[in-house]
Amino acid sequence: MSSEVSLGIPELPAPDYPADVRARLETDAREVIARYPGSRSALLPLLHLVQSEEGYVTRTGIRFCAEMLELTTAEVTAVATFYTMYRRKPSGDYQVGVCTNTLCAVMGGDAIFEELREHLGVGNDETTADGKITLEHIECNAACDFAPVVMVNWEFFDNQTPESAKQLVDDLMAGREVRPTRGAPLCTYKETARILAGFPDLREGAVEATGGAGPASLAGLRLARGEAQARVVGQRGQTPEHAPPAQPPQDDADLHATPTSPSPAEHPSSHDAPRQTAESDPAHPADPVGEHAEQEEGDR
Amino acid sequence: MTVEPAEKLLAPVLSAFWDDPRSWTLDTYRRHEGYQALTKALAMAPDDLIAYVKDSGLRGRGGAGFPTGMKWQFIPQGDNKPHYLVVNADESEPGTCKDIPLLFANPHALIEGIVIACYAIRSHHAFIYLRGEVVPVLRRLHEAVREAYQAGYLGKDIKGTGFDLELTVHAGAGAYICGEETALLDSLEGRRGQPRLRPPFPAVEGLYACPTVVNNVESIASVPAIIHRGKEWFRSMGSEKSPGFTLYSLSGHVARPGQYEGPLGITLRQLLDMGGGMRPGHRLKFWTPGGSSTPMFTEEHLDVPLDYEGVGAAGSMLGTKALQCFDETTCVVRAVTRWTEFYAHESCGKCTPCREGTYWLVQLLRDIEAGKGRAGDLEKLADIADNINGKSFCALGDGAAAPIASSLKYFRAEYEEHIERGGCPFDPARSTAWADTSRTEAHA
Repeated sequence: MSSEVSLGIPELPAPDYPADVRARLETDAREVIARYPGSRSALLPLLHLVQSEEGYVTRTGIRFCAEMLELTTAEVTAVATFYTMYRRKPSGDYQVGVCTNTLCAVMGGDAIFEELREHLGVGNDETTADGKITLEHIECNAACDFAPVVMVNWEFFDNQTPESAKQLVDDLMAGREVRPTRGAPLCTYKETARILAGFPDLREGAVEATGGAGPASLAGLRLARGEAQARVVGQRGQTPEHAPPAQPPQDDADLHATPTSPSPAEHPSSHDAPRQTAESDPAHPADPVGEHAEQEEGDR
Repeated sequence: MTVEPAEKLLAPVLSAFWDDPRSWTLDTYRRHEGYQALTKALAMAPDDLIAYVKDSGLRGRGGAGFPTGMKWQFIPQGDNKPHYLVVNADESEPGTCKDIPLLFANPHALIEGIVIACYAIRSHHAFIYLRGEVVPVLRRLHEAVREAYQAGYLGKDIKGTGFDLELTVHAGAGAYICGEETALLDSLEGRRGQPRLRPPFPAVEGLYACPTVVNNVESIASVPAIIHRGKEWFRSMGSEKSPGFTLYSLSGHVARPGQYEGPLGITLRQLLDMGGGMRPGHRLKFWTPGGSSTPMFTEEHLDVPLDYEGVGAAGSMLGTKALQCFDETTCVVRAVTRWTEFYAHESCGKCTPCREGTYWLVQLLRDIEAGKGRAGDLEKLADIADNINGKSFCALGDGAAAPIASSLKYFRAEYEEHIERGGCPFDPARSTAWADTSRTEAHA
C-alpha cells in the first residue's frame, strides 16, 4: 500500500450543486428544517437527502448541509463520519447487508456472507464492477426471530440461506424484480435515502406490501388463539404431515412469487409455521383483549 | 396440582390483531377499540393521568425498567419552557426484536400512547426517533402519522379539547449508541450521538435543554391499553413489582422463534414448552434474558421468572426480554467475541475505559478463539472487563463487560480448552439454521 503525503495547499472548497439541483434540494431542505424547533436537528435527515442525490455524502453535499444550517463543513463532517449509514464513497444501487452479529452469524450469517463474498468477488464494503451491489456486513437489525437476516437497501429478507442469498444477488444483477419478505419492492439506494430523509414513499402499494406482521411475529398470537399446535415439532427441513405450510400474508398472495423469497414449503422455518386448519379454543382464558375480556377480568 | 397448558399463559394485547391483513391501518386499529383510551385520557386532568399511569406500575420496556409514570412526574410543570416527548425507537440491542415488529404491524398503538403521554406532561411536540435501518417500518410510521393527523388525533385542537400536538418521525443513521437516551437527544439535535453527563437529567434539561421524557416504544404503546382497560386489569397480570403484559422475543436454536406476549414473570421453560422447545435433538446451552448486554444464563436458569426482580435476583437483568437461545453446537467464545466486536465497533469513543477497553477485549478474544490465547489471558480479560464496568458515562461499557464476566463464570472451562488445545473445538456449520437439514440430505 502506498500513501501519498500531500504538503500542498489545503483542498479548495467543494463545488456547489448545479443551480437547478440546488434549487430543488433547497426546497426539500426547507421542508425538513421546518419540522424541528431547532434547525440543527435537520442535519441527519439532510445528510440522507444529499445521499439521495448522489448516492453518497460528497463534499458538495456536506457544503450544502452546512450552508442550509449555518454550520461549518467541519461540524457537518464530524456528524457524517459518526453514523454508519452515511457512505463516504460511491457505492452500488443495492446495498446487500448480511447480519453477522452473534445470533445471525451463528445461525448462518457468517456462511452467507462468505458465500456472497466469493460469489460476487468483492469484500466487505466493496462494490461489484457493474456498480450494482455493495456488500456489507451489518449489525443486529432487530429481526432475530427471522435469523439469518439479509437487508437489501434496508428491506427485510428473512430466513436466508447461502443459496437464497446467491439467488437474490443474481436477480439484482440481472435486473429482475426482487421483493423482500417484509417491506416494499426494492427501489434504488438513492430512492431509499429520500424516504430516510423523511419524504414518504409514494409508490402505489409500497406501504401495504407484504401484509401485516411476518410469520415469526405471529408465533405467540397463533398459539394463544389455539391456531397453532404447541409442542409438536417436525424435524427441521422435513414437512411433517401434521404441519402444513404457512399461508402467506393474506393481501399479498404473490409475496412468494420471486425466486428470492423462499416459498413457504422451502422456508427454513416452515415446519414451525402456524397450522392452516387448527381448532380454535373459544374457552381460552388468556385473551384479555378478546370479546370475553370483561368476564375474564372477573376471573383474574 | 393441575398443570395449565403453557400456551394458555399468553396474553396478546399489543399483538392481538397483528394477523389482521391490514393491521397497521387506522381503520383496523379503531375496529379493535383504538383511540378509545385517548377520549378517556383527554377527559382527565393531566396530573391525574400521570398518577394513574404511575399507579398502574408500568415500568420501562426499553431495558432499565424505570417506572414510566415516575418519569412523567419528574417533568417540572408551570416552568414556561416547552416540554418534549421523545420515543426511543432505536431498537438495536443484539437480540432485541420487539419494537420493530410492533411498529410494523401496529403503529397506531404508539401514536395513541404518544398523544396521551404528551397531554399528561403538557408537551406540544413529540418525536419518534426510529433507527434508520428499517425502511419498511419508517414507511408505515409515515403513513400512520399522516392518518392520525387527517383524523384529528394529531395537530391543532385535538378532538375539540384545545390540546395541540405535533409529531415528527425522525430516522437515525446507524449508531447503536443512540439507543442510550442522552446520546439519542444529542443525535436528535443534529450532533454525534454521544451520551451526556448526568445530572442534569433529561426530565430537567433534555432536548434543546428543555424538560424531556424519553420512553421506549413498547412502554408508550402499552399506555392506551392501561387507560382503556384499567390499571386493575393491568395489575392483574405479572407481579406486584413487575405488573402487566409484555413482549418476549424468542430467537436462536428454538423450534419456533417469534414474539410471545404474556404477563411478566413467565419463565423460559414455559415459553420453550409452548414454542416446541429447542430444535429437535439439541439442548439449551446458554441464553440471554434481555439482549447481549444482560449477563447470560444457562439451563439452570430455565425457571427464573422473567420479570424485573426475578431476573435481577438471579444475577442478570430483564433488559429487553430478548431471549436469544443457543444450543450445544454453539461456541461460547465465538459468541462472546462477536458481541465484543460489536461493542468495540459501537463505542462512541467518549469515555476512555470503554473506547480502549473494548478494543483490547477484542484483541484478546480473537486470539483465544483462534487458538493463540496464552495463560493469564482469562485473568486479563476479566480484569479489563472489570475496568470498563461502571466506569463510563453510559451503560454501553457495562453491556460490553456483561457477556464476558458471565461467560467466564459459567463456561471458563471452554475458554481454557481453546487455550490448551490451541483452537476452537466447535464446527460452526453445525450451528446453522440448515445444519440438520443438510445432514439429513447428505445421508439420504
